[in-house]
Amino acid sequence: MELEYLGAWGVVAGVIARFWPVWICLAIVLVLSFAFKPRLGLYGQLFDTGVGIAGVVICLFWLFTAIFAQVISPFDPLAQIFVMKDALPGAIEPASGQAFLFGGDRLARDIFSRMVFGSQIVLVIAPAATLFALMVGTTLGLPAGYYGGRIDSVLSFLANLVLAFPVILLFYLLVTPGIMDTPIPYAMAGVFFLFPIIFFCTLFYTRYKHRTGLLAVQIGLTLLIGGWVYAGLVFDADPLGIISIRPNELNIFVAVVFASSPGVFRIVRGLVMDIKTRDYVAAAQTRGENPWYIMLWEVLPNARGPLIVDVCLRIGYTTILLGTLGYFGLGLAPESPDWGTAIKESSRLLRAFVHPALPPVIALMSFVLGLNLLADALREQSLKD
Amino acid sequence: MIGFITRRLGTMLLTMLCLTLVVFFMVNLEPNLRKLAISQLDMRSSDEHIESWLSKNGYRDNFFVRYGRWLGVVPKQPYVDPDTGTVTPRFGYCNEPAEPHYGGILQGDFGCSTKFKTTVASKLFPALGATGILMFWVMVVMVPVSLLIGVLAGMREGTRTDRSLSVASIATTATPEYVSGVIFTVIFASWLGILNGSAASATREGVNFSNFTLPVMTMAIYGIGYIARMTRASMVEVMTQQYIRTARLKGLAFNAVVIKHALRNALIAPFTVIMLQFPWLLTGVVIVEVMFRYQGFGYTLVEAAGNNDIDLLLGCSLVSVFVVLSTQLISDVGYAYLNPRIRVS
Repeated sequence: MELEYLGAWGVVAGVIARFWPVWICLAIVLVLSFAFKPRLGLYGQLFDTGVGIAGVVICLFWLFTAIFAQVISPFDPLAQIFVMKDALPGAIEPASGQAFLFGGDRLARDIFSRMVFGSQIVLVIAPAATLFALMVGTTLGLPAGYYGGRIDSVLSFLANLVLAFPVILLFYLLVTPGIMDTPIPYAMAGVFFLFPIIFFCTLFYTRYKHRTGLLAVQIGLTLLIGGWVYAGLVFDADPLGIISIRPNELNIFVAVVFASSPGVFRIVRGLVMDIKTRDYVAAAQTRGENPWYIMLWEVLPNARGPLIVDVCLRIGYTTILLGTLGYFGLGLAPESPDWGTAIKESSRLLRAFVHPALPPVIALMSFVLGLNLLADALREQSLKD
Repeated sequence: MIGFITRRLGTMLLTMLCLTLVVFFMVNLEPNLRKLAISQLDMRSSDEHIESWLSKNGYRDNFFVRYGRWLGVVPKQPYVDPDTGTVTPRFGYCNEPAEPHYGGILQGDFGCSTKFKTTVASKLFPALGATGILMFWVMVVMVPVSLLIGVLAGMREGTRTDRSLSVASIATTATPEYVSGVIFTVIFASWLGILNGSAASATREGVNFSNFTLPVMTMAIYGIGYIARMTRASMVEVMTQQYIRTARLKGLAFNAVVIKHALRNALIAPFTVIMLQFPWLLTGVVIVEVMFRYQGFGYTLVEAAGNNDIDLLLGCSLVSVFVVLSTQLISDVGYAYLNPRIRVS
């Protein structure tokens, strides 16, 4: 059966039209941001430079794509429609009359829909894993930098141990189908996911320990929400059944957190060692403040500039790591639509067909580029102050 | 200085010991041992068959005893048939002697690869040589290009050249090897058809322009952006120094100031960055060698990990950890050497 094709302009117009919810949301956010720019602080200042605007727009684009993936994609990312096997871009699927905008892949799936759904996987795992890594790295980096001495030596040695591992070897050891039969990923998840709870409890306790009522509410809420998420993620036993994670995704998550927290640790440690020599820290010490109060409420807020920049860069780096995992077929299911897996699938067949490789490649590159531009603009802004 | 280096070497040995212990633990997890046994026997072997193969080859001995054997502090035992009493070596294809002997890392014996049916040393070192060639060409491309971009961008901060070069280097840091590899292959191999999309022939016929350009380009591009940005930052800082202003006020030409006064000082920081780039290159090597089918270290590592080839994987991790730690050491020592103001405490 002969397939009908859209022309090149038809494909471009089709792609732009399919992204309509993204354009609407992007327009609303940008108009609001420009309107209230002076009141938006650091976020508003991003709109002063071209680099900043480009970064914000690209990141928001992928964020909205992930949110509206269901609306944007014309086909199910896993559905195979046999006539569309290796179809070229713009081929029209006879049954529904919809076009395979970027063509079909080796298994006759719509590449456009897979790219759109791939953004969901990346935009859930990468920022979440980065935030957990930030929590782990900060909670360990603060005392290492502040106290120095033996704590510092031990923690730094451990961090260097992980950093000395080539990332790829770490993933081959930590993310294999076999390891999910062992308790190792769950034990690691159990340890890592404890850190946010510890962090917030200490944060509230050190500041509000004399206001018992407020403290009780804060600690109670932290333990409640933290415990709920913890039960859902680590034991897969969320009583409400909202939070659950598949074992292979937990495995990836844990591996990514494990690989990136030593980096955060080193940065936080360095920042703390610098900031603890400042006068306001000495003042707090003279007042007889608790060391953890000084770390969390005096040092940490003043380290936020470099940390925000680092988080932006790190989300991009985590995206690259996820792509690497997908590229080596580790962890994620082989039919998963994430970008790394799609790149692996298509790069083997580059000699025969080029079109399945380009959409995931460009998607991944543009998202990381957006984050890097954002980080660069943020760095410029924080240097200005 | 000598004390500093010995202390660092001590830490390095300790790190290597810890890391190989961790790797040894991971590859000896039950599912991984089963995978190894199945790959050595065949898919349909029964559980008893797998179990007997594992205990026959000593995989059921105490964990620390086996680690000691690999390290070379506990003698390796040959296999003694309980019924007949005949003694056979564990891995015939590695010429292991049929009597108990010390054969571990400390004796220089890397063990036996179960995947390639040969000694680890005879597999690993040629692979390292092949990767060495790749790394050499990557460095030859990456270092001058990134330094040039960084110096040009940092020479006059805020100009249009600076802006566009900075954005370009941000873009290359957003392009991991598996992305740029695909893009370059599409452009140069599929569309233009001038380069070979696979480096498989480089192993057999030797390196030439057509089969080696794509892997080298792919690997270099990811590092270029990062090194260029560091060079730019260092150059910008140097250009604001007093002695640069003095040199300008003396009436020296701008180019002479840049080349004679600024460059030397601006290139100290990138040196450490380039050395610290090695661990990243190691990951890049794995991706690029798999992508372009080049039989080097990365390819060996993937094969070893995929088949749970215990000795080969341990050998690979030992080598990569050694590379990472020694480049860190070189970068620290080199930094102190290049910059006389820094004294190592």
